[in-house]
Amino acid sequence: MYANPNSIINPSLWPNGPAPGCFFNFPGTSVTSTSSKSGIITRTQSPVTTGTSILGLVFDGGVMLAGDMLGSYGSMAKFRSIERIIKVNNSTVLGATGDIADFQHLKAIIEQKVIDEDCADDGFTLKPKALHTWLTRVLYNRRSKFDPLWNTFLVAGIEDGEPYLGCVDKIGTAFSDSKIATGYGAHIALPLMREGLEKKPQMTKEEARALLINCLRVLFYRDCRALNKHQIATITKEGVTIENNIELDTNWEVANFVIGYE
Amino acid sequence: MASTKVVNIPKGGFSFENCQRNNFMANQGFPAPKAVKTGTTIAGFIFKDGVILGADTRATEGNIVADKNCFKLHYMAPNIYCAGAGTAADLEMTTLQMSSQLELHRLNTGRQIKVATANRLLKQMLFRYQGHIGAALVLGGIDSSGPHVCCIYPHGSTDSLPFVAMGSGSLAAMAFLESGWKPDMELAEAKVLMRNAICGGIFNDLMSGSHVDLCIITREKAEMIRPFEVANVKGERQGSYRYPHGCTATLSTRVIPIEIESTVVRPVAEESMDTA
Repeated sequence: MYANPNSIINPSLWPNGPAPGCFFNFPGTSVTSTSSKSGIITRTQSPVTTGTSILGLVFDGGVMLAGDMLGSYGSMAKFRSIERIIKVNNSTVLGATGDIADFQHLKAIIEQKVIDEDCADDGFTLKPKALHTWLTRVLYNRRSKFDPLWNTFLVAGIEDGEPYLGCVDKIGTAFSDSKIATGYGAHIALPLMREGLEKKPQMTKEEARALLINCLRVLFYRDCRALNKHQIATITKEGVTIENNIELDTNWEVANFVIGYE
Repeated sequence: MASTKVVNIPKGGFSFENCQRNNFMANQGFPAPKAVKTGTTIAGFIFKDGVILGADTRATEGNIVADKNCFKLHYMAPNIYCAGAGTAADLEMTTLQMSSQLELHRLNTGRQIKVATANRLLKQMLFRYQGHIGAALVLGGIDSSGPHVCCIYPHGSTDSLPFVAMGSGSLAAMAFLESGWKPDMELAEAKVLMRNAICGGIFNDLMSGSHVDLCIITREKAEMIRPFEVANVKGERQGSYRYPHGCTATLSTRVIPIEIESTVVRPVAEESMDTA
């Protein structure tokens, strides 16, 4: 009895036009991101502004994270004061490799989480392992929807009095270890860190710092997307300290030995 | 009019005839078979008295270890040795060919071969084959102008540097070399640094493994130490599952002799050789 008013007034008001809540593909443009033959919608990503390796090391009484402060725009060293290591609370620190935008998105969510926890005021704060597990679920869920957050995260902190260091991949691979390095650090710095820890499993804070700075130096020599300005975060039972803008001293004496290419 | 069969003596070298056919076949779904590679850690650097080269000893075929103790330090000349990463066959043949060429050159000139000569010959050959010969080399030696270490890439580019590392484990080896190399190192500390660099590759790279081989080239001699360090010892079997004789009790014995019914002897005549 009551017919659709649209069809009476204007049967084809806006044929093939935008519908609320749906994607609208403007006619004449090529559509790249919608369904393939199988019907799966994939939003393929490539990271835009990226951060390179983060290194994490457990020492006697705490954990240390180190990473440089560069946001690379492809091969351009565009943002040279990006803080890729952030303090979550007094017992947890988070470091990120990969797309900076995705990291900043999660950073805002985590900061809100901490505020909410503060407001609840029940004496409980987010522990590193809990943050690690939550991150794993978030990242795996996103990858299962073919829309990953293009990052590798390092979670470091003190969990029940013991130092904790964990890593999550953009596809949701999670593990924890006493020494972790992401990105190129896994190939270049991790052998050095493994050897250092084998020689002395319980390092002091100063030794750990020296080892990490040596690794950062080698990374600056051999990683094209590295910078010589760093952050080092130390987490102990006393709390979290993040030092920014640490410059590296580098040795270019080798240049004197290189003449030609034969 | 007789047709003369001209015997074509083929020119030496690689023939690129089959490349188009191979590409076509790969597109149709029949790719070329995997070669035995030496996914490797090799390194070389200059120390006070000369040059030191090091290599691991694992040869891989895909994800399988084809040879647990292969030899990656090749002889080029009495004063020049070469460590190789890449396709095992290519490395072996390239270094053998080059070593012969160098010997002929030495006989021709009557002088000790320069490292730069070996470098030039290798890079000219590799460039000619446009990277199809998968040989990445660390060439090291000592000649009248001092010690030299060069790295030669499969496409034919070379770098002459104080310290180099090549192969899949090169990032790990290079990390140790960057941390520990300094000019004018003594032999003892040079050996330790090289051992650390190669072990870095062995323990952190899946395609490198087993032991560390070293080659130390000084003005007086070239010393090959194989193995310098047995980094991965095969485990000792703790016990034996063999049961000793007599541990199972015999409950009863029954002997059934085989009865010989008859014996037939049939002589076989000796056959003459068939010379058809």
